[in-house]
Amino acid sequence: MPLLRLERRREPSRAMQYATPLLAVALTVMAGTVVFGLMGYDGLGAVRQIFVAPLADPQRWPELLVKASPLVLIAIGLSIGFRANVWNIGGEGQYLAGAVAGTAVALATWTREGAWILPVMGLAGILGGMAWAAIPAFLRTRFGVSEILTSLMLTYVAVQGLFFLVRGPWRDPDGFNFPQTRMFNAAQTLPAVSEGSLVHLGIPIAVLVACLAWIVLERTIAGYEVKVVGLAPAAARHGGFSERRTIWLTLLAGGGLAGLAGILEAAGPFGQLTPQFPAGYGYTAIVVAFLGRLHPVGILLAGLVLAVTYVGGELAQTAIGLPQAATGMFQAMLLFFLLATDVLIRFRIVPVRVARARAAA
Amino acid sequence: MNPVPVLHAARLQLSEISKSFPGVRANEDVSLVVAPGEIHALLGENGAGKSTLVKIIYGLQAPDAGEIRFDGQLVTISSPKTARALGIGMVFQQFSLFDALSVIENIAVGLDGAMDRKALAGRVDAILRAYSLPLDLDRAVHTLSVGERQRIEIVRCLLVRPKLLIMDEPTSVLTPQEVERLFAMLRQLAAEGCSILYISHKLGEIKALCSAATILRAGKVVAACDPRVESTRRMAELMIGAELNAVERRDEGRPAGGAVRLAVRGLSLPPVGPFSVPLRDIGFEVRAGEIVGIAGVAGNGQSELLLALSGEVAAPGPEMITLDGRPIGRARAGARRRRGLCAVPEERNGHAAIPDLSLTDNAMLTARHRLALTLAGFLRFATARGYAGRVIARFGVKATGPGALARSLSGGNLQKYIMGREIMQAPGVLVVAQPTWGVDAGAAAAIHRALLDLAASGSAIVVISQDLDELLAVSDRLAVLNEGRLSRAIPTATATAHALGLLMGGVHGEPVPSHAHGTPARVPEPAHAVA
Repeated sequence: MPLLRLERRREPSRAMQYATPLLAVALTVMAGTVVFGLMGYDGLGAVRQIFVAPLADPQRWPELLVKASPLVLIAIGLSIGFRANVWNIGGEGQYLAGAVAGTAVALATWTREGAWILPVMGLAGILGGMAWAAIPAFLRTRFGVSEILTSLMLTYVAVQGLFFLVRGPWRDPDGFNFPQTRMFNAAQTLPAVSEGSLVHLGIPIAVLVACLAWIVLERTIAGYEVKVVGLAPAAARHGGFSERRTIWLTLLAGGGLAGLAGILEAAGPFGQLTPQFPAGYGYTAIVVAFLGRLHPVGILLAGLVLAVTYVGGELAQTAIGLPQAATGMFQAMLLFFLLATDVLIRFRIVPVRVARARAAA
Repeated sequence: MNPVPVLHAARLQLSEISKSFPGVRANEDVSLVVAPGEIHALLGENGAGKSTLVKIIYGLQAPDAGEIRFDGQLVTISSPKTARALGIGMVFQQFSLFDALSVIENIAVGLDGAMDRKALAGRVDAILRAYSLPLDLDRAVHTLSVGERQRIEIVRCLLVRPKLLIMDEPTSVLTPQEVERLFAMLRQLAAEGCSILYISHKLGEIKALCSAATILRAGKVVAACDPRVESTRRMAELMIGAELNAVERRDEGRPAGGAVRLAVRGLSLPPVGPFSVPLRDIGFEVRAGEIVGIAGVAGNGQSELLLALSGEVAAPGPEMITLDGRPIGRARAGARRRRGLCAVPEERNGHAAIPDLSLTDNAMLTARHRLALTLAGFLRFATARGYAGRVIARFGVKATGPGALARSLSGGNLQKYIMGREIMQAPGVLVVAQPTWGVDAGAAAAIHRALLDLAASGSAIVVISQDLDELLAVSDRLAVLNEGRLSRAIPTATATAHALGLLMGGVHGEPVPSHAHGTPARVPEPAHAVA
């Protein structure tokens, strides 16, 4: 006999909308402690390394920002689609396509100097991401193929394409046969915000994009269109919006921002393309988008939270020998608990005794 | 109250059943008798009270007053389980089946008591064979056609050897072949002594199948007849009601013969989904200052016609729809609004309005084209809020203000808001479906007044409605939409119940004799009975 029961709320709870991301983080911490404890690690220590250590040490903070910026950029792009029920799961592929397109510009200009090179690389990155996202958009609008499947599958194509390029045509001729491209020259590398800092230009760009996205989503007809298509497709048609147009717009926006994140990462922390470049940011960004409630400001915060798990995961590997997969596990648990606790937005938990008494009254 | 004679030979006898819901008398003193082995039609328009009545018989609703006798015994049917124990089975329009389970599992789940699976399969098999119903017991339900799913529901009922089987509009989802098979089975059941209560508004079917009919209108029994001898035209008249002429007509003060604002010519549309009705060769014109009513029972192409006119579904050719002489058949909803054609669909939640957004945001949905609620791609919230406020004030919408969520409004209030949102844009052409659905009488009168005023100002209006009284009250001309075809429009002044019955009967494919019932010569013949 269950003691608790879910009861539908008269209207969705606003408080819970803000509370469940925090609740999900708390549950992830608790479950992580138990799971790693059972596996024979120091459970509490693992959680401390992953969630607390990166925040406790100010020297780690620039690193957090560096990890957060691609997550935030990709997640904002994905969230625009998610708002319109366009489920672009292929942020990772678009991120790689952007990096590849931008790198193509870098390799074509590697003997040249000039302030124009970086903007052109950025533009190429955006276009590369858009091109990759255009394939699911075309298949969905033309043949009705689910963008969930196509965008996801295209990620594997992008990964293999990148592997091919760094091992074949783009391999550094002076690189002792290592599978990697040339290092970008100074004009092709993202400048740091201040001398000697890890914090590169990509971080203010991510914040700027978040602000722009906020304005577009809340104040413009395009943002309204995305919202209406997501909430009530029939009403959107009635209001004169075209679902086909919305699918194209949101997928191109998502692809473009992921592509921008890709080239910023290639021209920033990496400075070249290597087989280690696909780090799963595109997947983690899905968690970021939902944890941030598909809202640009929320996504900025959620991007930092997930960045903590990346940095903390690395710390835990060296400090207590936690496997690398632990990071992915924590990120997955976070999404899992978030989706589970979201039920509290529309339902409340009531003890069965109370529910019975109310029904009888 | 007069004592009602008890008919001991009757399978089912209802005596003066009444049932009210807040604001509606769903059934009022309904009496009917179903003999053993009789296929009895329960006939009426949507909202006539058919569903409520059978829910009472099946124990889903308790009557406020009246008696039910089953095989001569006075009974109280408090639940479907009681009904099944008496020998009453019912096949609903919506099936309750688990898609992932097999046919036999679904049947087992629906049983009132536990039963050995093998014995059950044997009995089901015997039933299927006895009525020559093909059905593979091990197939998963999600792989079955709608007709096959209905067979599962029928078998569920037959397992308890029913004495009375209630079928709620069973053919609305079937193909003609499946209908034939169903009818053969029902006739066989009836021949074995099972009574059948058959709910429908499809007159042709009732004529083919039933040996008795009770006709409901507005919750009351208006007639009982034998459909085999009664003409479909006469039954349509009874269904619509004979008191049509008593409805107060609108004043005829407006000048006729304005310019044609909306013209539809040869509009045909293929069905867009499995349950959608194709539109066939629709043609009509609406002039400035004129209101044209489109009558007919729901599900005959009303929603498809509205979508085609509003621009949510594009017409095959641009010339099929013209607005003030300009072809707009291929234009989208937004472009049509900008040129002066506004529309209100029947479904409020999620179609005419977005429940989760505020009234201001909902004003943005359809009023932004004509009222400059956007500037260079940005939303002008203050302007939209002002407009929403004016709509709320003029149409007496009960809401906390423009910031209220659409879902927080009652259905009638939301309808007032939606109607006001379109009318106050002063569109050149307004197409509305069910303008007063769920709205109280006072508000309905206000909406009708607003429609008449809009027409008086030179707009052309199309009202698609199932409520004939409403159409007679506001429209200048009337046409009937049936099975995707539109009859020719007749002046409302000549639209007697008889003339409308003629239009509907003709559409139902019955040959129309020119001398029928002394029809006056001026009553036009239905267009496609001739075609």
